[in-house]
Amino acid sequence: MLTKRIIPCLDIKNGRTVKGVNFVDLKDAGDPVELAKKYTETGADELVFLDISATEERRTTLVDLVRKIAGAINIPFTVGGGISSVEDVDILLKNGADKISINSSAVKNPNLINEIASKYGSQCVVVAIDAKQIENNWMVHLVGGKVATKLNLFDWAKEVEQRGAGEILFTSMNNDGTKNGFANQALAKLSETVNIPIIASGGAGSMQHFAATFIDGKADAALAASVFHFQEIEIPELKQFLRSKKIDVRI
Amino acid sequence: MKIAIIDYGAGNVQSVLFALERLGFQGILTDDWNEIKTADKVIFPGVGEAGTAMKKLSDKGLAALIPTLKQPILGICLGMQLMCKSTQEGNTKGLGIFNVEVIKFTNQVKVPQMGWNMIYNLQSPLFEGIQEEEFMYLVHSFYASKCDESIATTNYETEYSSALQKNNFYGVQFHPEKSGTAGEQILKNFLQLTTDY
Repeated sequence: MLTKRIIPCLDIKNGRTVKGVNFVDLKDAGDPVELAKKYTETGADELVFLDISATEERRTTLVDLVRKIAGAINIPFTVGGGISSVEDVDILLKNGADKISINSSAVKNPNLINEIASKYGSQCVVVAIDAKQIENNWMVHLVGGKVATKLNLFDWAKEVEQRGAGEILFTSMNNDGTKNGFANQALAKLSETVNIPIIASGGAGSMQHFAATFIDGKADAALAASVFHFQEIEIPELKQFLRSKKIDVRI
Repeated sequence: MKIAIIDYGAGNVQSVLFALERLGFQGILTDDWNEIKTADKVIFPGVGEAGTAMKKLSDKGLAALIPTLKQPILGICLGMQLMCKSTQEGNTKGLGIFNVEVIKFTNQVKVPQMGWNMIYNLQSPLFEGIQEEEFMYLVHSFYASKCDESIATTNYETEYSSALQKNNFYGVQFHPEKSGTAGEQILKNFLQLTTDY
């Protein structure tokens, strides 16, 4: 039985983890490699690293970091943030990233999805979609939800699947940061709309939220940041809980 | 020990190199016939599209070389699929080492299968120390059916071959280099295989 995946997400700025991390037993909680190891050991199924640096040297720093992470951990990881060309993808994959995630660049240049998929295969193309529900319509947003587009979430999801995306990472801007649970209705509809795996993101606050997104939201994986970073939810405990709810997880 | 990793421009061979490093071995990424022939172990990795990959292998003359190799060789993911008779992906003819066709999952399930799934019916020294129903990381849209050469199976839509073996040729559909400590154990077992067939 294919299991549901639990994916901690790390925000990276200039090679360091940001957005607050609160591990008491880590020597350097800002070091993404240390954190990655910690999550791997506690049973994370995959990791996502989102680079939010804006400096000129960002690419070199990121590539260096990807190499270190790939050397240190033995589970798959995705790298996203600022990827806008096949060359960007090339260097990240060559240095050990398993998948790359594209967001705004895919909206601006949808053909990028086709190019990456045909060169490296769909399995490494994650298309991240941020959407906000406005008057019953789920609209795609860019720049972390700040910029609205005219794209409807479900139309865009269908298009990225057709263009060769291997997976969709859907973040609901309505739920993100609320800790009130994932956008399960939209997630379930996404699963009916496309036939590629869906990662739920935005809103995780309790273990019950994870169970709900797998059952009601039909999600294939669930991603969260702060609940893991601040140790509000421990992965081993979460997986035991999910198993008690008859959800298949890797323990 | 000399470990050759076949270089035909397939994506992400770095993970395999890193996994070997964690086990204390240094792999050589190469497309050189002599390097490959004289290696103690050969790893045939692969992600991407079958037709393109097969063309690259043929262009480099590697498609002719691989079936003649005498040392233990391990195909991973697409590498394993290309060792089969044929694959539906791009209607590609394979290397014909394993007598099985590679076909696509239907849309009754999400395609690709992506994530951790169990391997069972383990029947090979490759799985020494690995328990039945161990989890492995898989990403694939096509699969090899269950056959005489199956040495492990997995269930997704149907029970299929998640590992194959014929003489010195081994193939795994999952990614041992990305499957935690159990995956590393499988790689270690492969490196310990003898050439006595």
